[in-house]
Amino acid sequence: MREKNATVFWNGLVKENPTFVLMLGMCPTLAVTTSAINGLGMGLTTTAVLVLSNVIIALLRNIIPNRVRIPAFIVIVASFVTMAELLLEGFIPSLYAALGIYIPLIVVNCIILGRAEAFASKNGILPSFFDGLGMGLGFTVALTAIGIVRELLGAGELFGVPVINNVLKMISSAIGRSEPVEYVPVSIFVLAPGAFFVLAALTALQNRVKRKMQEKGLNADKIQSGCNFDCTSCEDSGCAHRFVDVNAPSGSVANVKSSSKDVSP
Amino acid sequence: MLDVVKDLLVLLVSSSLVSNVVLCPFLGLCPFLGVSKKVNTAVGMGGAVIFVITIASGVTAVIYRFILVTFDITYLQTIVFILVIAALVQFVEMFLKKYVPALYQALGVYLPLITTNCAVLGIALTNVQKSYGIGFSIASGLFTAVGFLIAIVILAGIREKIEYNDVPESFQGMPIVLITAGLMAIAFCGFSGLL
Repeated sequence: MREKNATVFWNGLVKENPTFVLMLGMCPTLAVTTSAINGLGMGLTTTAVLVLSNVIIALLRNIIPNRVRIPAFIVIVASFVTMAELLLEGFIPSLYAALGIYIPLIVVNCIILGRAEAFASKNGILPSFFDGLGMGLGFTVALTAIGIVRELLGAGELFGVPVINNVLKMISSAIGRSEPVEYVPVSIFVLAPGAFFVLAALTALQNRVKRKMQEKGLNADKIQSGCNFDCTSCEDSGCAHRFVDVNAPSGSVANVKSSSKDVSP
Repeated sequence: MLDVVKDLLVLLVSSSLVSNVVLCPFLGLCPFLGVSKKVNTAVGMGGAVIFVITIASGVTAVIYRFILVTFDITYLQTIVFILVIAALVQFVEMFLKKYVPALYQALGVYLPLITTNCAVLGIALTNVQKSYGIGFSIASGLFTAVGFLIAIVILAGIREKIEYNDVPESFQGMPIVLITAGLMAIAFCGFSGLL
């Protein structure tokens, strides 16, 4: 039992990392990673909401009727997001101000409803807890890593400490220059276009890894390479049928998934 | 009167161009990157987004003003807004299917996808944050959605041309689209001089 939970946790953290492998929840990933501390704060907030909502949904999975499960999940998630928002406003106002509108937008983060739909509604409380923790921490690690890259290039800082200038100052004094060399930050990396460029580099890397894996005959189906950002073709992330009953009879809104493929081939 | 017109014009430029909803606050990235392979589907998606966001910002503004503020329960805004938006999109879809079949033909397939669009909730929350009145909320929703239409149509046009280009192997597919979006974001930064 304990081993199984460890597998579920590891799966979320590394093998199916929501950002680097599944490419879920890209809006907050791009928006809040202007600095490492913002990425860390956003990741931990999302983790808290994900763990709690996973546990509650796993608890209620036999009570919630199948037809109204998505609205029910949304209410549960939105309640925890509201709690997280109020707690942050009260206790960490600086982070609350930095994350702004992206805290309430955790409700529409693909990862949370995706895990509710794909895991918590089918599994027990303890595995759901570890799934939420693994996925959440995987998201946190990814956001912090992207935040570190963007902050280091765009501001020359790391968690607010001007590391690059400190290092340059040390080198300058070591070689005996009176005027230390100043690092000129590539400020585009903390602005909006930089977010797209960093993500482009990331998806290109992912494409490469996927191709190498396929050449070696490994199974790389899990790697979404950008999830194609095509919510209609997203089968199991919970993105596409967030408010739509997938198992509904034909003629209902669920048919959008198949019919829209004809429109955007 | 003149002040209102001036405010509206400033709002038009700022919310559709200067802080373009997808390129600056990164809302609605999924449809922006997912449904932008062809110009006509992009136009359809943009039209549906304009339709839904305008209605949704009006409805949420009314609910906020007359229910949440009246009963002093504004802290419930996230829960109320997301449920209202989800129900609204379903309702709009059913209404169009029954009474305006022509419009449903044009927008139908995109409507359910829009519920999953964080831009709708994001704009409703931004309107509250900036304490816009009901009229300004609707205008802000409309202008922001127009900005979305502009961005997605431009991206679709560029992507149709990229099809014929020789892209490095690792950058094929999503990475080159993201780089295009990044370059567009730089271009849209230029509009900040307008205000």
